[in-house]
Amino acid sequence: MEGDIVQMGAYVGAGLACTGMGGAAIGVGHVVGNYISGALRNPSAAAGQTATMFIGIAFAEALGIFSFLVALLLMFAV
Amino acid sequence: MAGTAQPSEKSDGLVFHPMDQFIVEPLFGSGPIHWYTVTNVTLWMGLSIVALVLLMLVGTSKRALVPGRAQSVGELAYGFVHKMVEDVAGRDAVPYFPYIMTLFMFIVLSNFLGLLPMSFTTTSHIAVTAVMAIGVFLAVTVIGFVKNGVGFFSLFWISSAPLALRPALALIEIISYFVRPVSHSIRLAGNMMAGHAVIKVFAAFAGVALISPLSVVAITAMYALETLVSFIQAYVFAILTCVYLKDALHPHH
Repeated sequence: MEGDIVQMGAYVGAGLACTGMGGAAIGVGHVVGNYISGALRNPSAAAGQTATMFIGIAFAEALGIFSFLVALLLMFAV
Repeated sequence: MAGTAQPSEKSDGLVFHPMDQFIVEPLFGSGPIHWYTVTNVTLWMGLSIVALVLLMLVGTSKRALVPGRAQSVGELAYGFVHKMVEDVAGRDAVPYFPYIMTLFMFIVLSNFLGLLPMSFTTTSHIAVTAVMAIGVFLAVTVIGFVKNGVGFFSLFWISSAPLALRPALALIEIISYFVRPVSHSIRLAGNMMAGHAVIKVFAAFAGVALISPLSVVAITAMYALETLVSFIQAYVFAILTCVYLKDALHPHH
């Protein structure tokens, strides 16, 4: 019974860690949304900024992936 | 990482664990895994190398004026990566183009081969991606010091910021520099692992008759998304390598 509480804590922690992925989703949506609104204002400059958008997505997404990793570690490694 | 997890009691029928697909197993027999053991990771990494060599050899063997299918794919990939290196890292980085091209093609082919049913996604293991990311990190650091000497440290000393802020910024820059290989490798591995696990979770729902049509639709949609993600993650890995390379070649802010 006492050992189960530790297990429960790990699972609750894994669930809580997943909220970080929601933050990453907001961040990625923000990057792409701003890119599209800028691209619609000035379509001729859009093609040159696609790479920058992907770099921005990658940086925003990395932190969500970190929280996913924490969740996985709690589920399988701890 | 998931490779160290024990197979959760060998399952029967449609009941399986979504993380079982990432277990590293010896290809022949079932002994302990040493560094020289031939595993399914070795097999699928070898297959992606073979696919890469075949694509490029077949693509460049004829060198026809009107390209065939293999030649078109090879030329597209070459032109795509070359333009990316030139645009993002600058013309000085073109000598390092073969390295980035190899990385990109290896990752994109590993990702695509991992999408085949019953196959193994080698890039979903941090052990595989970390080797590539640490390689990039070491290469970029060595290039930075060889090209700029001590001037490479100006990457951390931002001369456009107010003097009082510079030590704090230098600390942040140094931390972010050393976190690079971690985020670089975990981004690729995490994306691959997450996508494949989601597909397997939906596949497990297919065992329930009531929601199995929905599950099949969801698997199809996730598979399409995963194909896109496979390409985008390889692109992101290559483009971040270009960004790091640009920092090493021109460290002055």
